[in-house]
Amino acid sequence: MKKTPVNEVKLKFPSRSSNEGFARGTVACFAAQMDPTLSELEDIKTAVSEAVTNAILHAYPDTIGTVSLKIRILQENLLEITVRDRGRGIADVEQARQPMFTTGGEGRSGMGFTIMESFMDSVSVRSTPERGTTVVMKKRLSEKSRKRA
Amino acid sequence: MEIQERAGERTLSLVFSGEMDHHGIRDALRRVELAVDAALPRTLTLDFGGVTFMDSSGIALILRAQQRMQSLEGGMILCNVPQQAKRVLEAAGINRLVTIKS
Ligand SMILES: Nc1ncnc2c1ncn2[C@@H]1O[C@H](COP(=O)(O)OP(=O)(O)OP(=O)(O)O)[C@@H](O)[C@H]1O
Ligand SMILES: [Mg+2]
Repeated sequence: MKKTPVNEVKLKFPSRSSNEGFARGTVACFAAQMDPTLSELEDIKTAVSEAVTNAILHAYPDTIGTVSLKIRILQENLLEITVRDRGRGIADVEQARQPMFTTGGEGRSGMGFTIMESFMDSVSVRSTPERGTTVVMKKRLSEKSRKRA
Repeated sequence: MEIQERAGERTLSLVFSGEMDHHGIRDALRRVELAVDAALPRTLTLDFGGVTFMDSSGIALILRAQQRMQSLEGGMILCNVPQQAKRVLEAAGINRLVTIKS
């Protein structure tokens, strides 16, 4: 049986770099209802920034395409973020996830996936060349009772 | 993102403020290089005191600046790095490659 999420929001925006700040700010606003710590909020914003920047930069290198963002609170303290594009796709996901691997040239360091993995509890990547990429990230926030202690 | 330059006797400080993401660093890589090439400092200081957010885009900028300084046989220091940016550097292992003064 599929459990309905506690709360969720979906949005779509064009792959313009000015939307990077918008996307991570939106996720931070929505996640605020979970009463996260400041460092949890920063982790989430950073991971979202990486995933959304990848969609903007790599999925649609020479065109403007659509980026979809879905934010779900699955349980009281379990956050799930999905970033999807219909762009170029990744031929070898395992290779793309390696630290320092980049096809992005000089302005890139190849550390985006490594940062997502380090700041979220799980990161899954599904991709089909010429069809697009879906990144699903989950993070369990600390219990409120523990935070107050 | 804004960059302020403060050149001294063979030193150069670049003071960054704002959001250091892919959007924010669009012209920054080039501006850093131009500033370094003009000042030819022995020591370059990147002051991150005003950086309100940083992602992997900042890593590329730091590593590029460091390479430039290495080719000039000079040194580079990172200072006033906020907590969020520091955690990004640690996650990427960059804290082991650059000198961070807090
Ligand atoms: N949404 C995507 N669509 C197509 N290719 C992608 C996508 N996301 C990642 N990639 C590929 O995976 C590689 C690694 O991504 P990662 O985010 O780890 O590093 P980067 O974006 O190259 O550099 P950095 O994130 O450090 O600026 C990219 O260079 C690109 O080739
Ligand atoms: Mg990236």
